[in-house]
Amino acid sequence: MAEIVGGIGTSHVPSIGAAIDGGKTDEPYWQPLFAGYGAAREWLAETKPDVAIIAFNDHASAFFLDLVPTFAIGTAEVFPPADEGFGPRPVPPVHGHPDLAWHLVESLVADEFDITIAQEMPVDHGLTVPLSIMCDQPEEWPMKVIPLAVNVIQYPQPTGRRCYRLGQAIRDAVDTFPGDERVVIFGTGGMSHQLQGERAGLINSEFDRAFIEELEHDPEALTELKRATYMREAGSEGVELIMWLIMRGALDDEVDRVHWHYHVPASNTAAGLVVFENA
Amino acid sequence: MLLYSVGVATRRDYDDIPGTYVFDGVHSRKGYQLNKMCMSLNSEDGRAEFSADEAAYCDRFGLSAEQKAAVLAREWLEMLRLGGNIYYTFKIAIVDGLSMQAVGGAMSGMSEDEFRQMMIDGGRAPEGSLTHG
Repeated sequence: MAEIVGGIGTSHVPSIGAAIDGGKTDEPYWQPLFAGYGAAREWLAETKPDVAIIAFNDHASAFFLDLVPTFAIGTAEVFPPADEGFGPRPVPPVHGHPDLAWHLVESLVADEFDITIAQEMPVDHGLTVPLSIMCDQPEEWPMKVIPLAVNVIQYPQPTGRRCYRLGQAIRDAVDTFPGDERVVIFGTGGMSHQLQGERAGLINSEFDRAFIEELEHDPEALTELKRATYMREAGSEGVELIMWLIMRGALDDEVDRVHWHYHVPASNTAAGLVVFENA
Repeated sequence: MLLYSVGVATRRDYDDIPGTYVFDGVHSRKGYQLNKMCMSLNSEDGRAEFSADEAAYCDRFGLSAEQKAAVLAREWLEMLRLGGNIYYTFKIAIVDGLSMQAVGGAMSGMSEDEFRQMMIDGGRAPEGSLTHG
């Protein structure tokens, strides 16, 4: 059977991708951020997963406001990088794993999660920046990817508790897939940031550090946190952190934090990167 | 049963967060045409047509007079008040070659350099949070 071999939580700030694409990672502004990525990249290179399930959000790229799926799974063979207004990022296309993706859809719907099926979907920075953070600039991404798009832009977003429960159901689905795939799961977005309004530029490092502690040690308690609390404490866009709960839900109750890096700022955002393994 | 519609004052647990425009159903309905116009800037053709005649492009998408004026004047806060979502309205800034820090500064009364320095210094204190008042 397939198995989940680790979980990654990471910010997906567009400018991090732009720094990689533009060869700026050694510049003084970016160096402290990228200095903290090496160990996580080594972990991934050694772990050699076959598949990554990436919980991310689309930012007005694949989905408009005419249809807003709360959870959508990409079942395609390939997902092209999206044009978000700058032209597509110069990164490889993302290759899917339709067999496992369809198994996830079947298993999750049987488990009463009403998943939207996406058979064509361009993927934006929300998905490709985490790949760049973990894999740098390969000619092809070193693993298959199953995009899991989560609505975090249009209120009402799903609750943190729902995201955590979805992660648990994803774990059950992977565990029952008749293959030998080794799977990592990503929760992306955050950490604290606010792009909009008079409060733009908000950072709350105290919240971010408390969040990562609780995510590791007591994720059930973290599911009590309201969406409004994320917006209030971590900024209106900091609510993306609910996607880290999907990742955490797919892991064992007890985990080891094998890597952690936190840096302010990446553009307008507090950038965090965590790697968990089942204990 | 309390139904949800534009103009009905329903209290929300995020209403008192200062300086924040939560993109809920009220905003989404109000801003639909504006955001739809911004979405079209995902294509090269859309960007070229917008740049060639911004006012006509706004009219084609059925923006209100207020929305059109806010777009033409690049009034970023006003676009949010009129239902714009930052991920959508930022596509106009991309056409202008502006960074998110320039737009963040414009929304909070700072220059791009001031905003960038504030971020380097640790960001804006979380005013309105439960722990920071």
